[in-house]
Amino acid sequence: MYVAVKGGERAIEAAHEWLAEERRGHPAVPELSIAQIREQMSLAVNRVMAEGSLYDPDLAALAIKQARGDLIEAIFLIRAYRTTLPRFGASTPVDTGAMACDRRISATFKDLPGGQVLGPTFDYTHRLLDFRLAADGEAPAAPRREASPAPVPRVSEFLNREGLIEAAVPDDTAPPDLTREPLELPAARALRLQALARADEGFTLGLAYSTQRGYARNHAFVGELRIGTVPVEMEIPELGFAVEIGEITLTECETVNQFTGSKSEPPQFTRGYGLVFGQTERKAISMALVDRALRWEELGEDNVGAPAQDAEFVLYHADNIQATGFLEHIKLPHYVDFQSELELVRKLRRNVEASQQQEAAE
Amino acid sequence: MDATTLQGGFATPPVDAAHAFRAVMEAMARPGTIHPVSGAKPPAPLSVAAGVVLLTLCDAGMPVHLAGAMDCDAVRAWIAFHTGAPLTGPADCAFALGEWDALTPLDRFPVGTSEYPDRSATLIVERPSLEPVGVRLNGPGIRETAALSLPETRAFRKNAARFPLGLDFVFTCGDRLAALPRSTTVTEPEMT
Amino acid sequence: MTDRDYNFAYLDEQTKKMIRRAILKGLAIPGYQVPFASREMPMPYGWGTGGVQVSAAVLTPDDTLKVIDQGADDTTNAVSIRGFFERTAGVATTTHTKDATVIQTRHRIPEAALAEGQVLVYQVPIPEPLRFLEPRETETRKMHALEEYGLMHVKLYEDIARHGHIATAYAYPVKVEGRYVMDPSPIPKFDNPKLSDCPAIQLFGAGREQRIYALPPYTRVESLDFADHPFEASKADHPCGLCGATDSYLDEVITDDAGARMFVCSDTDHCEDRQPRGHRGKDAA
Repeated sequence: MYVAVKGGERAIEAAHEWLAEERRGHPAVPELSIAQIREQMSLAVNRVMAEGSLYDPDLAALAIKQARGDLIEAIFLIRAYRTTLPRFGASTPVDTGAMACDRRISATFKDLPGGQVLGPTFDYTHRLLDFRLAADGEAPAAPRREASPAPVPRVSEFLNREGLIEAAVPDDTAPPDLTREPLELPAARALRLQALARADEGFTLGLAYSTQRGYARNHAFVGELRIGTVPVEMEIPELGFAVEIGEITLTECETVNQFTGSKSEPPQFTRGYGLVFGQTERKAISMALVDRALRWEELGEDNVGAPAQDAEFVLYHADNIQATGFLEHIKLPHYVDFQSELELVRKLRRNVEASQQQEAAE
Repeated sequence: MDATTLQGGFATPPVDAAHAFRAVMEAMARPGTIHPVSGAKPPAPLSVAAGVVLLTLCDAGMPVHLAGAMDCDAVRAWIAFHTGAPLTGPADCAFALGEWDALTPLDRFPVGTSEYPDRSATLIVERPSLEPVGVRLNGPGIRETAALSLPETRAFRKNAARFPLGLDFVFTCGDRLAALPRSTTVTEPEMT
Repeated sequence: MTDRDYNFAYLDEQTKKMIRRAILKGLAIPGYQVPFASREMPMPYGWGTGGVQVSAAVLTPDDTLKVIDQGADDTTNAVSIRGFFERTAGVATTTHTKDATVIQTRHRIPEAALAEGQVLVYQVPIPEPLRFLEPRETETRKMHALEEYGLMHVKLYEDIARHGHIATAYAYPVKVEGRYVMDPSPIPKFDNPKLSDCPAIQLFGAGREQRIYALPPYTRVESLDFADHPFEASKADHPCGLCGATDSYLDEVITDDAGARMFVCSDTDHCEDRQPRGHRGKDAA
């Protein structure tokens, strides 16, 4: 006797309970607090905020805890939560020129006004496991210096003064928003930048790396990388002026790229741009390289068929929440489709066998 | 702001809008069928049904064109307060509202593009009467044939001939509505 | 009991308006894929987010909802989606096709004939029927605009040349009212004839791909074929082992290590409705 499979509901409940238990881990080990994750896993928190498109370190920390440290799962939790939030308005553009920088480096000038500020970077650490952290995570106090109050000038401005770099023309048109409008191609640069800002770090990194290895090479120098806080201001119609509603940490990268010039334009450098929530410099640099590669058409370059030049390919595949959902959906039952293929293959094989037998008989 | 401007919206928007949408969807899916709707109390000369359609479908991203007598302070203020929809000319509207004579000629409204035929206007036509008689309707959504008291046939035939481009219509009369998508072909009753 | 932390049917009213406008344009242009700004839902893309958004925009508190996956009400993802709407919309649910006013489905059309007043919502993974012939959206959109469907016919004919048959068993492309070629979602081609002239409204939602399309009731839907190779709706050539039905789509179930198998209705409601009425298959208890 055969009894059809039942009990999907019970199975789901049990799986959820088991999952919760696994998330907690061994009960003898103290539970992680949100504050611990926020403070001590801050780069994970930053990535979740950036790709989740929601600036809230506590919620990102909660998502990481709930997701057992699976960052794409945590990003997904944040995205789904973000959907339910009403939109009260848009801020005025943040002024990254006025950023209070924790880190600011330029690879194109040895020294420059505002200085090279290394900030809290892994760059020159030796990647040796620090076994002291296994015993005691307390850190010695870092030396302090008074911050200089003046805004740090942009490296690109120095080049701009001589006309050596393409002008970034101010544009007051409201940028499109792919979280509110369906993606449409060809996509303007503002939309591409939005997509890249929330794109998967690994995917963006891989594409950026491919441009360095010759798939639409664009000779990028890090003109400037800056990380720090900027105020966020919002225009209040009733007041008639903008008020500060908070402060966020951003990573901005401007690359200086080669351009050979054309008949109408003398040779000058071009720009790639990356801007990402939090301290996320690998992502910001990758974004700038991919941005630059996607600009081939407006800069009169050849399309060499490189993946990073293909806006449709990049934009349709950069979102890890879309990608992981579709990838993982093949775990869902497909036995109806499979059955129809099974029948078809059996039928085709019968036809082949029949014709072979007929040939043998003849 | 006038008190009537602030009133007349949905009392329970998620539920009222859900019922209203189902009526509009059934109307659009089954051309010629007439459906009662409720929940809006808009200022004159707007009908209840037209008010319901506006509350259900319009928001700040959807430009609305008001034609003829509909383009009055009371209606403008009510739409602005309850939907936030910007008012615009016929050429770039997503919705247009008016009586038939004020809406014609129809060639002023966007009919979509061959790649995006959905980028076309929906016209909300206020009617003095709305009955399942008169012009014959055929096409998707109609089992054999249907009938509806349309204001004319020529303009609708011309519209259907452009398929997949074209305009879509919602006819409103008091608290009832019907719809006519571009996919419906119309014929004079005596012609059949 | 609904979850009060969220709006009725989860989505905010502005999002529902946007989806509702897309549904209306979809109904007005049968078979045409309307772009819509799909939202991130609390279930993964590819797991029915398009169908869930369409259902959320269509449901009223008076509805009775049925959710099936592979024809069954008890498959895990169907259970999960049904639970989502019980929680966020507080709607009544059922497993009986005839009692449902809104049916969300993945990969099947119920066996029982649908009626006026019902809405069938399909979950669609890849809405573009031309996608596997041309990966670029910019190109496929032009092909639809120009009614350039030659490539599709070439592909189907190549199958015939190679295999003697069209080698598409599910997601078999259809033409709607002689105009748009449409992907019916990955239903087995056995279900294709039910798409045409259906009294219910059929809505298709593709969340990740941001497309909604529709078939109004009584719309002419033809499966693509050739005069010398007409379309054939096929299924396993067996009766159902439980209810004996000979006209329903069947799942093949492997019952022991030796590879013994039986065939049972994929539509569990259809099968369970028939058995108490005396229909018995050879494997029934």
